[in-house]
Amino acid sequence: MMTEVQLDPYQSRYARRAHGMTTSEIRALFAVATRPEIVSLAGGMPYTAALDADAVTAVTEMVIRESGATALQYGGGQGIDELRERLVDVMAAEHVRVHPDDILITNGGQQGLDLLGKLFCNPGDIVLAEGPSYVGALNAFSSYQGYIIHLAMDDEGLIPESLDDTIAALREAGRTAKLLYTVPNHQNPAGVSMSATRREALIDRAQRYDLLIVEDNPYGLLDFKGEQLTCLHEMDPDRVIYLGTLSKIFSPGVRIGWVVAPPPIRRKLTLLKETADLSQSNLTQYVAERWLATQPWLEQVERYRELYRERCDAMLDQLSLELPDDCSWSVPTGGFFVWLQLPDGMDSKELLPSALRARVAYVPGRAFYADGSGAQEMRLSFCFPTSDSIREGVRRLAGVIRDQVALREAFYGRQTPTKDDVR
Amino acid sequence: MTIAVLSGGSSLEREVSLRSGKRVTEALRGRGHEVVALDLDEHLVDHLTDHSVDLVFLALHGKAGEDGSIQSLLDLLGIAYTGSGATASALAWDKSVTKGVLRRADVQTPDWRVLSEDAVREYGAGRAIARIAERVTFPLVVKPVQGGSSLGVRLVETAGDLAPAVMSAFQYHPAALLEQVVVGTEIAVSIVDGATLPAVEIRAKAGPYDFGARYTHGATEFHSPARLDPAVAEACAEAAGQAWDALGCRHVMRADLIVDDDGTPWMLEVDTCPGLTETSLLPIAAQAGGLNFEAFCERLIDVARNQSLAA
Repeated sequence: MMTEVQLDPYQSRYARRAHGMTTSEIRALFAVATRPEIVSLAGGMPYTAALDADAVTAVTEMVIRESGATALQYGGGQGIDELRERLVDVMAAEHVRVHPDDILITNGGQQGLDLLGKLFCNPGDIVLAEGPSYVGALNAFSSYQGYIIHLAMDDEGLIPESLDDTIAALREAGRTAKLLYTVPNHQNPAGVSMSATRREALIDRAQRYDLLIVEDNPYGLLDFKGEQLTCLHEMDPDRVIYLGTLSKIFSPGVRIGWVVAPPPIRRKLTLLKETADLSQSNLTQYVAERWLATQPWLEQVERYRELYRERCDAMLDQLSLELPDDCSWSVPTGGFFVWLQLPDGMDSKELLPSALRARVAYVPGRAFYADGSGAQEMRLSFCFPTSDSIREGVRRLAGVIRDQVALREAFYGRQTPTKDDVR
Repeated sequence: MTIAVLSGGSSLEREVSLRSGKRVTEALRGRGHEVVALDLDEHLVDHLTDHSVDLVFLALHGKAGEDGSIQSLLDLLGIAYTGSGATASALAWDKSVTKGVLRRADVQTPDWRVLSEDAVREYGAGRAIARIAERVTFPLVVKPVQGGSSLGVRLVETAGDLAPAVMSAFQYHPAALLEQVVVGTEIAVSIVDGATLPAVEIRAKAGPYDFGARYTHGATEFHSPARLDPAVAEACAEAAGQAWDALGCRHVMRADLIVDDDGTPWMLEVDTCPGLTETSLLPIAAQAGGLNFEAFCERLIDVARNQSLAA
């Protein structure tokens, strides 16, 4: 008698790359984090309530009134000309010079990552990335069975010298790296920026080792002092693929990102983009274009920047007040995130249920590594909750950490446990 | 009749519960019932009153829905509900209590010990973990005394791994169950309205039947009826029936067992508010017993309503 119950009768048909996709315990726990009583320091949602709603309404009405038929039509694969021209201005605000023809508009920066994975990654191909790195990029490359190797970073961002050993080891094994992925400005999740010296050293090594760099720059304009470091793309446009987005400086809801790449790569990406979705939504492209053309968008960026700076300060102040001495954290100069290091032997994933019971949420560090490291780390975001909520959230988190320290001491005494104690 | 499907809440099993609740809501609406879907929060009593709810279908997983507190509240409000009453829920929710009740009723359950967080923090049990490790036999499974969905559960093979596993369990509940491992076939036996459904055999395709294996389509192989010798299948069903009686369950229950190489069923735990998602064990058993999901939901509604009319 056949007894097997087929819950998913399509299982045997899936491609190998889909086999690793499972329901995660962490994701399920985060269902609780959406409850109002929980202070979520987990998500990286921009504070879109700071947008001028009347201005957005006016712009949207303008689009329907003036270009309704076109806006509601299919578009071209590369994105509308008018928006690509505006995006040249956005990049100019960061002193990056590009031509509208160099730009491919994508469905958020995330689609850019997906298309790059599709274009470059054969199963097993190597992608280098900072450790820790943006989880969405790791997932995009992994979904094409790319193999991530992490590069060391510190308070000044990626350490270019760490490339020497990695490249030597790869060469020894007869391998090369397809891409080097980096978020040089206010990195997600570490919150730090790559220094000017490091940028030069990285480009120097990329030329020496013939590396193709993917520069992901969602947070560049959100520097708390309004300062900008030279983008890698500006230093070597033939060797750097640049990813931009309006998600952090306007709205993630319009799903407007873009890729700037050398022409042969850009042409391939455009074909892949057309295969994926024919074209970007014309409607949101026109809304974004009118926003950039008719509104003082840099003033909005300034409002966001001030808001995030104030919230970041609230988080840093409270961390200093509340956390035990053996915790350490990054001091962001912009962006959305603080990267926290727990006391020795503590595991941020293990701690999450206690944190949720104490009504605070964060993202465990392991999510930002492809190789299982990051157990002792966590990402705290300050972009969405108010400063008061952030202070309360950090207070709760500090209570959980102190409680955990006490629990560990109940087992191990006050001495630092060895690695063998923490399997 | 207005039925409220109650799910969600702030339990760590919120997501699983929402999935169960959504599925039940759709099934009952498909059967033409007037259904209101409620997320458990501080407005529960107001919502029940405002919607003039006659009967609550409990699709809650985790503390509030399974420890008997919601059942007590609904008893006080005089609103009928599906599943076991407050006492049976409370007994089944605490794994150490359940195992004690089972053993008294002569249902085989693996040996166990309980280590509480108070004992560790206040009475020096943490520093004596090596001595405790000498008193148990490895391998063992360490799990939170209260909680579901395999959250916080760890297999411990050596004494050195005991303390981290206990700390992990404490993240979910301030007492850890140290349970002897029984090697064998994982079996779930469900009872609906007193009738025992075909057993479900569970084989995770890789590693243990953990959270990912439970809730990912295709990550686990299920057989129902389980591929057991008829006498063994009968023994499993009998054990489930004994547990049902001993705990005083009603309407619905799922018992999780391991059948060892000698064919002896060992009961691990009992769930009075079992998962009802697409990958959950109870709906699989119901289907194998000729009861599709809609009919199963209807049956629970009927039995809950009839019981309240008779009361």
